Parts: sequence; C-alpha cells; structure tokens
Amino acid sequence: MQQHSIDAIKAHPRYQELICTRKCFAWNLTVLMLVIYYGFILIIAFAPKLLATPLSAGAVTTVGMPIGVAIIVSAFVLTGIYVARANSKFDALTKAIREDLQ
Amino acid sequence: MKRFATWGVLFALLIPFALVAGPAVSGAVEQQALNLTAIYMFVAFVAGTLGITYWAAKRTRTAKDFYTAGGGITGFQNGLAIAGDYMSAASFLGISGLVFASGYDGLIYSIGFLVGWPIIMFLIAEQIRNLGKFTFADVSSYRFGQTEIRTMAAISSLVVVAFYLIAQMVGAGKLIQLLFGLDYWIAVVIVGVLMMVYVIFGGMTATTWVQIIKAVLLLSGATFMAIAALSTFGFSPEEMFRQAIATHPKADAIMGPGTLVKDPINAISLGLALMFGTAGLPHILMRFFTVPDAKEARKSVFYATGFIGYFYILTFIIGFAAIVLLTQHPEWFKEGAIVNGALVDVKGLNGGTNMVAIRLAEAVGGNLFLGFISAVAFATILAVVSGLTLAGASAISHDLYASVIARGRSNETTEIRVSKIATFCLGLVAIALGIAFESQNVAFMVGLAFAIAASANFPVLVASIFWGKMTTRGALIGGFAGLISAVALTVMSKAVWGDVLGNVGADGKPVGLIFLDNPAIISIPFSFFCIWLFSVLDNSERAKTDRAAFDAQKIRCETGIGAEGASDH
Repeated sequence: MQQHSIDAIKAHPRYQELICTRKCFAWNLTVLMLVIYYGFILIIAFAPKLLATPLSAGAVTTVGMPIGVAIIVSAFVLTGIYVARANSKFDALTKAIREDLQ
Repeated sequence: MKRFATWGVLFALLIPFALVAGPAVSGAVEQQALNLTAIYMFVAFVAGTLGITYWAAKRTRTAKDFYTAGGGITGFQNGLAIAGDYMSAASFLGISGLVFASGYDGLIYSIGFLVGWPIIMFLIAEQIRNLGKFTFADVSSYRFGQTEIRTMAAISSLVVVAFYLIAQMVGAGKLIQLLFGLDYWIAVVIVGVLMMVYVIFGGMTATTWVQIIKAVLLLSGATFMAIAALSTFGFSPEEMFRQAIATHPKADAIMGPGTLVKDPINAISLGLALMFGTAGLPHILMRFFTVPDAKEARKSVFYATGFIGYFYILTFIIGFAAIVLLTQHPEWFKEGAIVNGALVDVKGLNGGTNMVAIRLAEAVGGNLFLGFISAVAFATILAVVSGLTLAGASAISHDLYASVIARGRSNETTEIRVSKIATFCLGLVAIALGIAFESQNVAFMVGLAFAIAASANFPVLVASIFWGKMTTRGALIGGFAGLISAVALTVMSKAVWGDVLGNVGADGKPVGLIFLDNPAIISIPFSFFCIWLFSVLDNSERAKTDRAAFDAQKIRCETGIGAEGASDH
C-alpha cells in the first residue's frame, strides 16, 4: 500500500469511527465472556456447594445444570450479537471507506 | 490420477486382509469380536470420501486450491468443518465417558473447550482472514522478518501437530481395536494411509468435505442417541437425573462440581490453556483461509460455536443417560461392577469409560446403530488427523520451504510438490509414532498441544495484530519462550514426571516437580512478558521497519483493503 493512501485512510472519519466502535465492541464482548467463564470457574473453586444446590425443595436437578447450559448458550448468543453488528454497522463503514477511496 | 487409482487398489487390498487378520491375534487391549456391520458402514464412508477425493483431485491445481480449497467454502460449510475439526473422537467418547464417571465435571470440561470460540470471533477471526493467505504464520510474520518468525511459527506448529497427532493415532489404534476387532497396528496403518490419500490427492477440498460429512454424521448420530435415551425417561431430565443418582456410586455428588477442579490455580490454568489454545491451533486457524472474506469468516465461527455447543449438550445427556441405561446390561461390565442393579465401579465397563457412548448406541439402537456410531468414531479420527497433517505439511512447505529455504524464489508447482512429500513423510512419522507409543500414557499430549498453542502461537498472533510496537526480535524470543516454558513445565508436571517418567514420592505414588497440571497460567504471561521486554529494548534497524509497517497492516486488518489480492493469487 502507498504511503499517501495509508495517510488518506487513517485520516478518514469513517475509518476512525470503524476502529473505535469495533475495538470497544469486541473488547466489551471479550471481557463479558471472560467474566462469565472465569466467574463460573471461581464459583467451582471457592463455592462448589452453590452449584450443587437443588433448584427447588424435593427436586434433584441442581442450580449448576441450567447455569452450565446457559454458559454454553451465552457463548453462541454473544458470537451471534457480534455477527449481527459486524454485518450491519462494520461492513457499512468499510464499504463507505472503500467507495470514498475510489 | 494414475497414482490415485493405485492407492485405491492398495487400500481395497488392505480391507479383506484386515478382516482376516483381525480376530486371529489379540493385542494389549481386550479385542472385540469382529464387528461386520461397523466395518461395512466404515467401508461405505471410506468409499464415499475417496470418491470426493477423486473429485477434489481434479479441482486441485494451484497452491490456493491445495491449501485453502480455492477460498470458495461458504461460512456455513466452514462452520461445519471447524466443528468437525473440533469434535474429535476424544471429545465425543472422552467427555461422555467423563460425564458417566463423574457427572457434572464433564460439563465443566466441555464448557472450557467451547468458550475459546467467542474469543476467536471477537479478537482474531476477521483479522486473520484479512491478513493471511495459507497459514497462520502469514499473519504472525506479516510485518516482521520472514525467516525468523516463519521458522519459529513452523516449529511451534509442528510441535503442536506432532503431540496432537500422536494422541489421535494412539487413541485411534486402541479404539478401532475395540470397536472393529482389528489389530492395533492395522488400525494405525489404515488411518495413516487414508489420511495421506485424502491430503495428497484432494488437498484442503477433500479434507474439508471429509470434515463436513463426518460432522453431519456425528451430529445426527449423537442427536438420535440423545433423543432415544431421553425418551426412556419420558423426556424428563429431572427423571433421568433421579434415576442416575439412584444408580451411580457417587450418588448425588454427580449433580455438582467434583474432583476435576482441585484448586483455583489449576482450574484457571486449565481454563486458560483450553480457551487460548483453541485460538492458536494451526489446523483450526488454517480453516479461516478457506472462506472468501472476513464476513464469511465470522459466519463460520458463529455456526461452529452453535454446532459445538449443541454437541457438548448432547454428550452430557448421553453420559448421564448411560449411567442408568448401561447398568441394565451387566454383561458389558466386569465381574462385580454392578451389584443389585446399582453401579459400584464406574471403571468396570469393559474397554473403559471411552466405550460409554458406543455402548449406549447399542442399548438404544441395537447392533445396526452400534455399527453406525463405531464407523462415525473411526471417521472422526480420520477427519481430525487429515486436518492436522495438512496443517503440518503447510508449515513445512509454505513457511519453511517457500519462505525460509527458497526465500520466496520457489514456484507454486514446487511448493505443492514439497507439501505432498511433507504429507507423505508426516503420514509415515504418524504411523511410526502411533505404533511406538502404543503402550505409553499419552493422556497429557492433547493438554500439552493446547498449552503450546496457547503459549507460543497465540501471544505472537495477538501481539502482531494489536500491538504496533512489537518487533521481530520480541516476537521471536516471546514465541520460543512460550514454547520452551510450556514444554518444560509439562515435563515437570505430575502427568509426565510421575506417570510417564515413573518418579514416585515417599508414599510410592507418582509425583511432579511442580503442583501445576497445565503450564498455561505461567507460560502464557511469560511469553507476553518476553514479547514486551525484548520489543521495547529493541533499537535495531529491523525494529524500525517492523514498527513503521504497522499502520498499513492495521488498515488491511480492519478493512480488508488489499486483502483481495492476497486471496486471489
């Protein structure tokens, strides 16, 4: 890539917007996933009894079951949220930058 | 094409030979009676995939075809193929066995394997697609000294592939011996030869379609098994859990965290290795170059996460249902493992807990379904080793040969030829190591592969994408620091120092030099620290070039501008 086009893209307001929003969004989702997973691991390490509590009196299904399944589902949902946003907002910004350069 | 036909004939000759040789000899693992249904179904799978390889061979002309299936795989197909790469026989049989033996711990383990995927999506999937061409080393060496970084990346890739491959080959041999009643070495040779045929003739196109077919077969088989098992409990998980508690020797302890997680440090270390190791596995990262653009790359991760998560929920149901349903068949257990209809020894299942899913298939679907699931398990191993071998061969031909040895002066034809020779050699090595390690304890190897991927590949990859001040020297030292520390700490762990090398403590039990089971909590930060330290101290001319190239890399990385050229070579 030529230096002048690098400078042109770097100065492009849409590029600034793309970098900024994508960075915030991606890192927020990353932190959220890390908090969910390591929160779960810390509960297992420090308060395993919590997950072994029955859902209701007399039931055998424990709190840990829906929580475990919810973490699996959350991983899928978070990737889905990212795809939805990237397909609309980020792709539109990228397209705008490309068109301006031509 | 002629060579392909020869291979086909060779293999056709191998099957009846294997059929005859099977029951005559008995190996270390107790061998099953020859399972003909399973063998016929497996032969059908092999015939189908060889047909695909023939079709793929005709379409594989350029380096791009060979390494990335021409970049023409859709996001959905790639999602299935990634799931196929990830849902190894180890996770299908291993995790359902773990659930059978310990209950909830199996779920904890599978969650660790899944949560790396969102991280891959948010941080590296699109970036990798935009920057790379054939291997992940394209990305980590993008703005750095090609010789140094590609050599480092190729070495760590080959080490990861080697450990992963040995674990798969040994697992394959033992499993096939159990399932099909074939000899250990025959099983290893069949897997090795078929894998060479797929990769050498069909390249990434054949490898991808083998993965896709296997993923569909595995997902549908597991779905049927979970539904059929649940139906015996009136589709009530509560009822399934109730009966499982009544049957299992650990009673209601199977409903919460057990002994898998010993202490917070080991728990977090394993979690780090699983999470970031996924983002550094060469055969997984390579899959991102098979799609045309960043949009399809992110779609593939979305579908893959969905399929893998669904699959882990199925294995959890399979493991729990098996506690109840297998116990109704005392003939599958060793003497004394079942007393008065209750399971007293979880390890009493003939063939070990790896057989849980296989036996459940027989319990809910009879001999035909047993044959189907056995064939799928075989196909699974075959697909995973093919992907691994292709990744290893690409590291040799694309990174070591074309960029380091020939310094970019080789042509495509030579590079593909080197890749095929490398595949052949890797296949022979895999067969040899698979046979050599037959009676070794290889359980630590998959963990080690993940730890090295997380400690050597992942830090360099992430820093090269996000940190503009990294230099060639920093990346080189950081990558090797992660690789060496991960291997050294694993050697000092109980699994190797005690179980493999036979060092025992005062009580006569195997011991390790350190209390960590997985090195990730030390080796990942150590790698990042070395990257940082040796980059900021680096004032060489090379460092100036490295840093100056970051802006252009970042633009291509974020927008994909300039990436089309690279993907259309």
